[in-house]
Amino acid sequence: MYDAPNREMKVDQKTTKISARGVQVYYGDTHAIKDVDVDIEDRTVTAFIGPSGCGKSTFLRCLNRMNDTIDVCRVKGEIKLDGEDIYDKRVDPVQLRAKVGMVFQKPNPFPKSIYDNVAYGPRIHGLARDKADLDEIVERALRRGAIWNEVKDRLDAPGTGLSGGQQQRLCIARAVATEPEVLLMDEPCSALDPIATAQVEELIDELRESYSVVIVTHSMQQAARVSQKTAFFHLGNLVEFGETGQIFTNPQDSRTESYITGRIG
Amino acid sequence: MPVFWLVLIVGAMALIGYGLGRARALKSAGGDSRVLHSLPSFYGANVALSALVPALGLVLVWLIAQPLVINASISGDIPQSAIPESSTLSLVMSDVRRVADGLDLAVSQGVLSADAAKTLSADGTIRDTLGAVGVALGSDVTPEILSAAQTYRTMNAAGSWMLTALVLALAFGGFVFAMSRTKAEFRARNVVESGIRVLLVAAASIAILTTLGIVLSLIFNTIEFFKLYPASEFFTSLTWAPSFGGGSELGILPLLWGTLYISIIALLVAVPIGLFAAIYLSEYASPAVRGVAKPLIEILAGIPTIVYGLFALLTVGPLLLQVFGDEGLGWMQAGTAVMTAGLVMGVMLIPFVSSLSDDIINAVPQAMRDGSYGLGATKSETIRQVILPAALPGIVGAILLAASRAIGETMIVVLGAGAAARLSMNPFDAMTTVTAKIVSQLTGDADFASPEALVAFALGMTLFVITLGLNIFALYIVRKYREQYE
Repeated sequence: MYDAPNREMKVDQKTTKISARGVQVYYGDTHAIKDVDVDIEDRTVTAFIGPSGCGKSTFLRCLNRMNDTIDVCRVKGEIKLDGEDIYDKRVDPVQLRAKVGMVFQKPNPFPKSIYDNVAYGPRIHGLARDKADLDEIVERALRRGAIWNEVKDRLDAPGTGLSGGQQQRLCIARAVATEPEVLLMDEPCSALDPIATAQVEELIDELRESYSVVIVTHSMQQAARVSQKTAFFHLGNLVEFGETGQIFTNPQDSRTESYITGRIG
Repeated sequence: MPVFWLVLIVGAMALIGYGLGRARALKSAGGDSRVLHSLPSFYGANVALSALVPALGLVLVWLIAQPLVINASISGDIPQSAIPESSTLSLVMSDVRRVADGLDLAVSQGVLSADAAKTLSADGTIRDTLGAVGVALGSDVTPEILSAAQTYRTMNAAGSWMLTALVLALAFGGFVFAMSRTKAEFRARNVVESGIRVLLVAAASIAILTTLGIVLSLIFNTIEFFKLYPASEFFTSLTWAPSFGGGSELGILPLLWGTLYISIIALLVAVPIGLFAAIYLSEYASPAVRGVAKPLIEILAGIPTIVYGLFALLTVGPLLLQVFGDEGLGWMQAGTAVMTAGLVMGVMLIPFVSSLSDDIINAVPQAMRDGSYGLGATKSETIRQVILPAALPGIVGAILLAASRAIGETMIVVLGAGAAARLSMNPFDAMTTVTAKIVSQLTGDADFASPEALVAFALGMTLFVITLGLNIFALYIVRKYREQYE
C-alpha cells in the first residue's frame, strides 16, 4: 500500500469523500430525515448510531441512491461524492452504486456458487479481461473479505450453504469485488453471533486502509470499537457528529449523552 | 320413508339437541356459565353432532351398500337357463331392475294396486302395462325375470324400512347418550374438537378414495381391453382405424403424436408470453397497472374451453386458412389443424404460466434484489441473473403444470384440430389427440364389451400416467430447489 506510512496521521489530514448538505428525506407524508449536514472522510470508518427509527439507515441508503428503488421516497438537498452531486440528472444511479457498495443487515448471498456470487459485480461491469483475470479478482475479493481460507476449496458450493458469519463476509467480499470507493454497511453484524461479529469488525478495520466505510449500528460498543468518526441521529435529526472518542467521552449535546448512557433509546 | 325426509328428521333432531344440550348444561351449572368446563355452545354442539354424524354416516354407507347386496343376492338366484344366447348376466339384471322399477312406478301412479303388482303372472300383459306408465321393455317378461324382479322389490322395500328404523334409532340413541353426559364437568370442548377432527379426516379420505376409485376403474378396464387387443399392437402400431364391425387397428402412436405436437405448439405460445407478462407485472408494473392487468389476464383462465374451441373453429382457423391455405401459401387444406388448436390452447395457458410465475417471482426475497442493485446492477440484469435463476424451479414447475393441462385438454382439440389420426410433421395438417379420440370412442351407442370402446380406458390410462409423471416431476423439481434462497 503506497499510503501505508500516512496511516499514522490523524483523521484531520484526510480528504472529504462524501459531503451532504441540507438533506431532507420524505416517505410519503413522513419527514424521515431533517436537514442533515455531514462530511464523510476517505479511509475512515464513520459510524451512524441512534435509536430505532431515527433515520440512520434511511440516510445511509441516500448515499448510494438505494432509496430510488422505493416509490414513495423523495430526497431533497445535496449529496456530493468527490465534489459531484450524486442526485444530478446526469448521474446514472447504477454506476454510482458500483462506486458506493453496500452490505446489508441480513446476509443475502445469491442462490449461486460462492465464485459466482463474488464474480457477479465484476461480470456486470466488465472488470475482467478474461477468465484468469476474473479468477484473480474473485480471489483478491475473497481474501479482502477474510474468507478465502475457508472457501478456497469449495468455490463451486452454493453461497447459501455457508454459516451466517461466513455469508456476511462473502457479501462483503462481493461488495469489494467491484472496487468501490465507499462501502456502506447497514447493521452488518445484527444477524451474527459474537464470534462472527468480531471477525467482521476486524475485517472492517482492515477495509479502512482502502475504502471509506460508513456503518450503521445499534451497538454503541461496536461503534466505539470500529469507527473513527461517529454521527448520532435522533428523530431524523443529526444531533452530533465528531471524533468517536469525543462523542463517547465528552458529548456536547445532552441527547447524545442520554443515549450513550442508556437513558433514551 | 324417502331418504330426504329421513335426513330432514335427523337434522331437526340435531337442531333441537343443540338447544336442549346447551340449556341442560347451563342448568347443571346453576345458570352460571363460568362453572362449566366448556362454553355452553360446545355442549349443544356435542349433542347435535352425536345425533347427526353417526346417523348420516349410516345413511351414506347403506345407500352405497344396499344395491350391491341386493344385486349380488338376486343375480345368484337367476338360473343360467334364463340368460338367453348373445346376452349376459348384467343385461338380464338390468332387465330385472327395469321391471321392478316399472312396477313401483305403476303402483305409485295407480295403474296397478299394490296387491295386483305382487301377484302378477308372467304373461304378455306386463309389457303393455309398463309401457302405459312410460317404461319401455325390449322383450316380453319371462317368469324368471318377473320372479327376480319381485324379489328385488321386496328386498328393496325391506331394506328401506330397515334403514329408516336403524337411522332413527341411531340418531335418537346418540341424542340420549350425549344428553346423559351433559353435566358441568363434562369436557364437551375436547369431545367436539375430536369429533370435528374425525369429520376433517373423513373429508380428506373421500377425496383420496375417489382418486383411488378412478384409478382402479381405469386399471381394470385397461386390463379388460388388453385381454381383447394385444398391448404390443396398441403401443407400437402406427395406424388408428377403429371400426365397430371388428378388425380395428388401434395404435396409440398417431394420437400421442397429435397430443404432443399440439401441446408443444401451445407451450411455445404460452411460455414466452406468460413468462414475460409475469416479469412485467411483478417487476416493472406500478401497483395501479398491476391491480388492473393481473385480474384481466386471469379472466382468460375463467373462459370455458368450449368457448376457446369456438374461437379456434370460427376465427383462428379461417384466419390461418387465408394466409396458409390454397389462396395463400398452400400449406393448409382446412381451418382445423394442429396450428389452429395449438395457438388457441397457447392463449388459454397464458394465465396459468403468468399467474404462477408471477407469484413465484414475487416470492423471491427483496434482499436478493437489494443485494444486486447495491452492486450496481440494472433492473434487467437483476432479473436475468438473480431473480429468474432463484425463481427458476418454480417457473419450471409452472410450465410443467401448464403442459399437463395442455395434454389433457379436449374441447379446443375437438373443435380446432380436426378428427383425422395421422402422423405428419406439417403443423397445418389436421390431426387428433388422445382426449378427442376418447370422446369419439365413447359417444353414441358404445358396446362396453368391445375393444373399440374399451380402448378409451387404455387411452385414458396412458394420458393419466403421462400427466401424473409430469406432475410428480414438477413437484420434485420445485421441492429440490426450493430451499435455495430461504
